[in-house]
Amino acid sequence: MSEHIVPVRVYITIFLVLLLGTALTVAAAFVDFPWRLNTIVALTIATIKATFVVLYFMHVRYSSRLVWVILVAALFWMAILFAFTFSDYMTRDWISIQR
Amino acid sequence: MSSHAATQDVHGHPSLQHHFENMEQQREAGTLGMWVFLVTEIMFFGGMFLAYALYRTLYPAAFASGSNHLDITLGAVNTGVLILSSLTMALAVYFTQIGKRRPQVICLLLTLILGLTFLGIKAVEYHDKYEDHLIPGKLIPGRAFGPAIQKEAQPLDHHKLHLLPGATVEKVEMFYWIYFAMTGMHALHMIIGAGLLTFLLIFSLRGRFDPEYHSPVEVIGLYWHFVDIVWIFLFPLLYLLGRHYH
Repeated sequence: MSEHIVPVRVYITIFLVLLLGTALTVAAAFVDFPWRLNTIVALTIATIKATFVVLYFMHVRYSSRLVWVILVAALFWMAILFAFTFSDYMTRDWISIQR
Repeated sequence: MSSHAATQDVHGHPSLQHHFENMEQQREAGTLGMWVFLVTEIMFFGGMFLAYALYRTLYPAAFASGSNHLDITLGAVNTGVLILSSLTMALAVYFTQIGKRRPQVICLLLTLILGLTFLGIKAVEYHDKYEDHLIPGKLIPGRAFGPAIQKEAQPLDHHKLHLLPGATVEKVEMFYWIYFAMTGMHALHMIIGAGLLTFLLIFSLRGRFDPEYHSPVEVIGLYWHFVDIVWIFLFPLLYLLGRHYH
């Protein structure tokens, strides 16, 4: 048996980190940050939480390279989906065209 | 097959399918296949996250108004419930890997109970939205979208929708379409996950899984954690960011 077995204390640690992240994100929502920082803070905390789940609960840290490639490919295509859609919607009023 | 002799010792395992060389190759293939499926799931939910991001950018005031009506306490409790269920799921995989059946069964049962708890709390929230006429469109016959609007002069009523300046009822309805589409699809995934866990529980009680063969526990665990991650993003985006315009 060659698969990596993650010790229980790692799982417990990740669980506590995730709970802490949830508490932080709720607390941050009640503070009024300038500009768009509220969204940025909330998404940063969510991304960190998701990364911990992927790396440890989903064992990606100990998985083969092929799993990494598949996951990165998914995120890459998602980035394209967002980038191209927003580059359309956010630039529509840059030039005025008679409709 | 040249490698046949080297792997003969594990060929005796009753769960090894004939097209795999050995148990490790079979397990790796299963995990990889599950990840490919999860990519399609990422793209599926990604489309809805895109819709959310786009409409929130277009109608920030309406999204804040709609979001403020959601119950942060219930949302936060549900986040905790789901994270705890991810822990028990991870532990179920762990106890299967080291071959301890009793704690494995207990962890699977706990995960199932926590998943059902999440769905129960979600049902309470949906009922609150039903009471306040916030189910979008005409999804409920005879009860079309039409919340009571909070007026400045009136005493504060939590069943009334507080419209922020610049928000209209139609735009808030858009928020609730997206809210119900995203949390509804998430809840559907939870229901499917609960079904899969029931299947795992039955097979676990029959002693089907051991350190050599536990792919079903591992891949259903991957699915469960993925659904957890979707909620990790849904909770702040839908419940918390409504407190702010941007």
